[in-house]
Amino acid sequence: MATATDSEVVDLAVTPLRELNQRLHDAATGGPRSWRIVNPNGAHAIAVGIDAEIDVTIAGHTGYYAAGMNKHATVTIEGNAGVGVGENIMSGRIHVKGNASQACAATGRGGLVVVDGNASSRCGISMKGVEIVVKGDIGHMSGFMAQSGTLVVCGDAGDALGDSIYETHIYVRGSVQGLGADCIEKELKEFHREELGRLLAAAGADATVDEFRRYGSARQLYTFTIDNAGAY
Amino acid sequence: MCGIVGLFAKTPEVEANLGALLAPMLHEMSDRGPDSAGVAFFRNPVESGHTKLTLQHDDPAYDWDALRKALKEAHGADKHVERRGNHAVVVAHADAVRAEAWIEEHHPDVKIMSAGEAIEIYKEVGRPEAFIEAFDIQGLNGTHALGHTRMATESKVTTAGSHPFSTGLDLCLVHNGSLSNHNGLRRMLRREGVRFQTENDTEVAAGYMMWRQREGDTLQQVVDHCIEDLDGFYTFLIGTRDGFAVVRDPIACKPAVLAETDEWVAMSSEYRSIATLPGAEKATAWEPAPAALYMWEKERV
Repeated sequence: MATATDSEVVDLAVTPLRELNQRLHDAATGGPRSWRIVNPNGAHAIAVGIDAEIDVTIAGHTGYYAAGMNKHATVTIEGNAGVGVGENIMSGRIHVKGNASQACAATGRGGLVVVDGNASSRCGISMKGVEIVVKGDIGHMSGFMAQSGTLVVCGDAGDALGDSIYETHIYVRGSVQGLGADCIEKELKEFHREELGRLLAAAGADATVDEFRRYGSARQLYTFTIDNAGAY
Repeated sequence: MCGIVGLFAKTPEVEANLGALLAPMLHEMSDRGPDSAGVAFFRNPVESGHTKLTLQHDDPAYDWDALRKALKEAHGADKHVERRGNHAVVVAHADAVRAEAWIEEHHPDVKIMSAGEAIEIYKEVGRPEAFIEAFDIQGLNGTHALGHTRMATESKVTTAGSHPFSTGLDLCLVHNGSLSNHNGLRRMLRREGVRFQTENDTEVAAGYMMWRQREGDTLQQVVDHCIEDLDGFYTFLIGTRDGFAVVRDPIACKPAVLAETDEWVAMSSEYRSIATLPGAEKATAWEPAPAALYMWEKERV
């Protein structure tokens, strides 16, 4: 973990949010590589749109869309994250040490999002390639219309898991309250065991591959198939 | 958008400082609702058979003492009038039906914000911080309180259209969301004898809950009926004489965070309100599940 001594410290109690985010955007062309943001106090849109290999620690709770659209950066939130943390993440890593609110990593294209606590409803909604590891539980309608990427849940999943899912891999260790339309349990093949093992290790999750079940698409709801092209 | 906050005291210290603790929570929700703000405090219950009325008049210099004296002659009333902004609390020595009927007949320009044994409702248009200042919210004690900051969508920005809404004794509601079938429900409820002051959707939900309670529903049954009959988005915080309850619609896209310590239970649209409370960093915090009832009640002494 970056310490205060070698990090650029920004106090959101005195620094305007726009100024902080501009400085983080400017990191694409140089400047400090390690940042520590204090007094976030649940403000919205903290550290959104970074495009640089920097390390950012947010010392407290964040509001909506923290670290959204992240590219290359490693962002650690030492608290709870509000709605849409890591929304549309492209690459890099986001680590929430507390709980995450609704729509965690929504529409994420790449990178890794780790939540040490629980994530609430619609975790990974419309995900398009991001890898998500939640060490606790996830809420209802998670993985809704998930297109690709991987969602790992070390606890339980809420109702309507993976509703209208496309090709995302979902792994759940605990119970599933209910599966959404076109989401079914699937065989845990060797490829999946390797993928799951890699993600558990990357997230530092205390769980073993054998405890998980895999869920994915029954592929009955795809509305566009090439065989039907003539009908459109 | 709108912001909701609620605080339920578990200790006498929190009860004594309830307003001082709720005010920063409400202020934190200003961005979510800059149009108007309001609170309901449950405090200092009057003796059974008496009715505490929170009254409002647009004229800030309104002669509340004259009203109180006239009420005293008609039904009996407490000596003290507690003024807060353009609101005043008077205690009638009569049941709520007679007390309210007397106000409506003799002072039709006075609006009744709430009636009951413990409830007091204060609400006004304008920025939440101005409301907190004008009504000295910090100075209020109480067993539990609810607050709301409004960003109007369904109806006009007026004092009457602000939250909390009360249509029953010691019963009030704050709402984040919008209902789409409120016109039909309002017509149905008017046929059932429920009265409405505004075109607001939340007032219909409050009236609906009051009607179900009148029909004999428990709070759990009221909520079950709400989930069945209300079409729209909602996070509701419901205040009753003894506590408060939280319920979200089955889709639950309107935000809600709950947090609990040994000293208090807090509810808010966003965690940042709860972060203003002492001991928040050690609180158990979670998001209420959809279509589930969460309730805290104080035992009556």
